[in-house]
Amino acid sequence: MEIPRHWRLKKQRYALIGEVCPHCDAKIFPPRDVCPECHREAKDLFQFSGKGEIYSYTTIYEAPSGFDSNAPYTVALVKLSEGPMITAQLTDVDAAQVQIGMPVEMVTRKMRDDGDERGMIVYGYKFRPTLNHI
Amino acid sequence: MRPVAILGIGQTQVDEHWDKSLKELAGEAAFAALNEAGIKRADALFVGNMLAPIVDGQNQLGAHIADWIGMWGSEAVKIEAACGSGAAAFRAGLMAVAAGEAESALVLGVEKMTDKAGHDVTSALATAADADYEVEQGVSFVGLNALVMRRYMHEYGWKHADFAPFSINAHANAIHNPFARLHQKITAEQFEKSSMVATPINLLDASPIGDGAAAALLVPAEKLTGRKIIVAGSASATDTIAVHARREPLFLSAAYASAKQAYAQAGVAPDEIDLFELHDAFSIMSALSLEACGFAERGQAPRLGLDGEITPHGRLPVCTRGGLKARGHPVGATGMYQIVEVVQQLRGECGVTQVAEARVGMAQNIGGSGATILTHILKSEP
Repeated sequence: MEIPRHWRLKKQRYALIGEVCPHCDAKIFPPRDVCPECHREAKDLFQFSGKGEIYSYTTIYEAPSGFDSNAPYTVALVKLSEGPMITAQLTDVDAAQVQIGMPVEMVTRKMRDDGDERGMIVYGYKFRPTLNHI
Repeated sequence: MRPVAILGIGQTQVDEHWDKSLKELAGEAAFAALNEAGIKRADALFVGNMLAPIVDGQNQLGAHIADWIGMWGSEAVKIEAACGSGAAAFRAGLMAVAAGEAESALVLGVEKMTDKAGHDVTSALATAADADYEVEQGVSFVGLNALVMRRYMHEYGWKHADFAPFSINAHANAIHNPFARLHQKITAEQFEKSSMVATPINLLDASPIGDGAAAALLVPAEKLTGRKIIVAGSASATDTIAVHARREPLFLSAAYASAKQAYAQAGVAPDEIDLFELHDAFSIMSALSLEACGFAERGQAPRLGLDGEITPHGRLPVCTRGGLKARGHPVGATGMYQIVEVVQQLRGECGVTQVAEARVGMAQNIGGSGATILTHILKSEP
């Protein structure tokens, strides 16, 4: 597993740090150098709330290497409340209960490990149904 | 730029070729194309391939294959655009001949996928997607298309069974193509009961991988006399690499852009296309491709299948040789299979699945979940 690559992505993985365009105020995640709305340079950091809703979802039965032991698991396209869409696994929910439009929130979870290679564990964002706070 | 014609074609059967290496498959298709053209070698070789560095541990396929087929000394290079590699190589060869940089170009798509186990190939295919923000989330390539299909069904109200005609047509046509991987019919009932890969995509929505190679030899059209197959339109466009970044995840904007340009170059409208070899990696992709290319309104493409319009005798025949679904999808070679199949149709060599009086054929090859899309239009000209 490539350690610098996962280290480099820690702000995005742990805190949903994206960008806000200084020209048109569009919120951008994942970060990119050119604003997709106004096509000008965008590099100012912005922390997303982690709230959103499910745009689409799929339960994966045949998983890529490194994820096979978790299958079946459910991946969603989550529309963040600030605008952008993000691909993420769902957690703390029964696959049969997932629906388009369901409100979800970001949590930090183990994504995968590298087996017996070096013992490295990758953590990142997943989304769960929004808890009802009293 | 001068007009370019296709002088020779060649292909191997798509299969699990455990007894053949990548270069041997490439050689079979290449020699078939060169033999048809009646020449020993071409000025330049363009190879379309996606997975050889990962699955076969082999890079530098340009020199590797030129060496194997005796084209020592020639310019030779590999072109990669995920599953769109084949058509991307074809376009590179086309540009070389059209520009006068080569008097002949051999274009070859080749993929050797079955040396590795299934989940390793699944991982290798996922390299077409965004490594950091799609693949690291555990989504497979099938999964990305499943996300699109679920939303499409939700927005437009289609059921899974409504996509069955795409797969049924492909399988029915492949029976008559000796180069296809799968030679059995499927029924609507089998389509609904097949094992799940990533909901709602099951095994019969998805194209099978395979080993294979397909090739075409390009020359300046002015060198040929009599009826010839010319490349009337060629265009390539891109979209965001990640599905989540698309402005409209249910619309293949790169298909729209490349098809629009190819229509303009060829001087034809969608209703003048006699057959369409589309990129049915998944049934949903057939629908999105038909809509983006102007053959159906948005959200309405399954209707073409249900009304029988897509069979060889329908209004818009697609996947006439089996498509990705049943001919098979040796990823980096697929775009070249499509070109070869359009040529076969325009020559009238397709027997039972021959499209009557086929004069204008279109091929569309898609890299990733829609990130790179190439559209080619071929014409048979007197």
